[in-house]
Amino acid sequence: MDRSSHPRSRRFAPVIAVAAAAALTLAGCSSSSGGKKSEEGAANASAGKATTPRMTVALVTHQAPGDTFWDTVRKGAEVAAAKDNIKLVYSADPNAGNQANLVQNAIDQKVDGIAVTLAKPDALKGVIGKAESAGIPVVGLNSGLSDWKKLNLLEFFGQDESVAGEAFGKKLNEVGAKKVLCVMQEQGNVGLTQRCDGVAKTFEGKVDPQNVNGTDMPSVKSTITAKLKQDPSIDYVVTLGAPFALTAVQSAEDAGSKAKIATFDLNKDLIKSIKAGDIQFAVDQQPYLQGYLAVDGLWLYKNNGNYSGGGEQPVLTGPAFVDKSNVDKIGEFAAKGTR
Amino acid sequence: MSMTQQATPAVGTPPAPGQKQSDGRTRQRPLALRLLARPEVGVFLGAVAVLVFFLFAAPPVRDGSSMANILYQSSTIGIMALPVALLMIGGEFDLSAGVAVITSALTASMLSYQLTMNVWVGVIVALLVSLAIGAFNGWLLVKTGLPSFLVTLGTFLILQGVNLAITKLVTGNVATDDISDMDGFAQAQKIFASSFEVGGVNVKITVVYWLVFAALATWVLLRTKYGNWIFAVGGNKHSARAVGVPVTFTKISLFMLVGFGAWFVGMHQLFSFNTVQSGEGVGQELIYIAAAVIGGCLLTGGYGSAIGPVFGAFMFGMVQQGIVYAGWNPDWFKAFLGVMLLGAVLINLWVQRTATRR
Repeated sequence: MDRSSHPRSRRFAPVIAVAAAAALTLAGCSSSSGGKKSEEGAANASAGKATTPRMTVALVTHQAPGDTFWDTVRKGAEVAAAKDNIKLVYSADPNAGNQANLVQNAIDQKVDGIAVTLAKPDALKGVIGKAESAGIPVVGLNSGLSDWKKLNLLEFFGQDESVAGEAFGKKLNEVGAKKVLCVMQEQGNVGLTQRCDGVAKTFEGKVDPQNVNGTDMPSVKSTITAKLKQDPSIDYVVTLGAPFALTAVQSAEDAGSKAKIATFDLNKDLIKSIKAGDIQFAVDQQPYLQGYLAVDGLWLYKNNGNYSGGGEQPVLTGPAFVDKSNVDKIGEFAAKGTR
Repeated sequence: MSMTQQATPAVGTPPAPGQKQSDGRTRQRPLALRLLARPEVGVFLGAVAVLVFFLFAAPPVRDGSSMANILYQSSTIGIMALPVALLMIGGEFDLSAGVAVITSALTASMLSYQLTMNVWVGVIVALLVSLAIGAFNGWLLVKTGLPSFLVTLGTFLILQGVNLAITKLVTGNVATDDISDMDGFAQAQKIFASSFEVGGVNVKITVVYWLVFAALATWVLLRTKYGNWIFAVGGNKHSARAVGVPVTFTKISLFMLVGFGAWFVGMHQLFSFNTVQSGEGVGQELIYIAAAVIGGCLLTGGYGSAIGPVFGAFMFGMVQQGIVYAGWNPDWFKAFLGVMLLGAVLINLWVQRTATRR
């Protein structure tokens, strides 16, 4: 075993780090542009406050850790909960079995309503039945447009990936694209595949799918560069997540390709690129709206007996297009991380 | 380990006095065989085979700018594969290396942004944090005697959670803010993420760093005392300690070297993409380890080289991009990659066995 004595080295790295940072601030190392100081103190949206009795709602999604999209869904749900005097319990797991356990956990907590995403409807079928027999209303959001009725959910808020893909394909026809590269950041993800398939369905040109390693940005960049080089006839690159669109812009530059970039989903850096004309357009399914409406829908049902969408039709939150024509307006909200 | 395989047992009569022949233990084997027994030769042949294969299978690879792209992809793996290989020769490995890259980039980005400071402040603090993570790994390992699998698996999980939670806590989002308009950014970008033209081909600066670091690591490994220590602690740390090798220092410093690599690659990512997503980096550690193993480093330690992982990383980049250049069905992408890599390792193994068999 390594139990021999060793020199008592000074392990003060964190202390040194903080001290160094403080010293450097004093030494005038502050940045004169950008940074937190330049960020506008954007107050969170608030819309009055309900005086109805306090209730608890569980939001259970299939979010993978660190995904900007789900962060926006959660923000919408939190704002609705604050306004409606609701205690929001958020939990998530990309593994369907684990997600079902989280729904069971919410039932055990005797919550007043459950909002759930149906990425893998079959895995959640049993536990949703249990919630209903326990008298807890369940609404669906984001994924599961074709299954929410079958599972007897109260309401559904979202956009089908295929529908979004089809709208995207039509837009590509409008802008005169001929050959499209569809970049998938996660091999084997059902929703992402549906998006590319949807594009292929309505787009009149050819769609080439391409898998990239989404957890390694340099590799994403090289792979898109390689593909553009291999097939110079590609004139549009379609990415399925905002960060990948920004990388694709660099790839096209590296490959000396004239291909234009368009993407699914939004974030605040993307807004700048749309303004600058580096990215042509983004299709947004308004994740904030999905989280907000799902929570608010449960409140309306409990306090006023309302059925959003009449309980028959889904409430669609997208596809909403963001391009140069409306980017200024939406950019304000995206800067706060809510669009 | 394999070094002893080269020694032939002393048989037959001892050499007559006056004869300047050696005593048999140092008998020279044919040059070709001695070359083949070097840890990097198998992977070199494998890399050449893969390169030639794709030169035929994928016409765009023949273009200079395609090669620059392949080298870029290889360099981002290769810069990390170098310290990972040295650590492996020293008998340990590091599962936290992939997320540590992102931790470093997140630290630099958030610190500069939140305190509105020159980005160099963030860069320097990130270096200290990265070195501290390495030191912590090494210290815990030496102190407890736990296997590196456990220690670094723990750090891996901690960093993965911390990356996400701190980013969310500090920025309110799961990705960092864009720092490209801040003071010092342009300068740092020049150092970590610029590119230059060679004969009309745009080459990324990481390729240069990769080769320079590899040369440096080779020199350290083969020509310095520290290099001997690395081999010694990887071979047998008890006998190493018995002959006066500072085992604790060597192991901790090797982990810190991996921390340095993580910082360097993290800075490259930050300054070439402006923002960092907190969920990235997971799974990269296995690619670094794979590049080192394909490059002829033994998972058990004590054997390997610094130049081998250069070819290992190149092979990775070549196969990964070559499949795209060839325009093959992307559904098979990962399967192709796996088959190619296994093939390469087998060639590697076969070459070594042939070379050391008498």
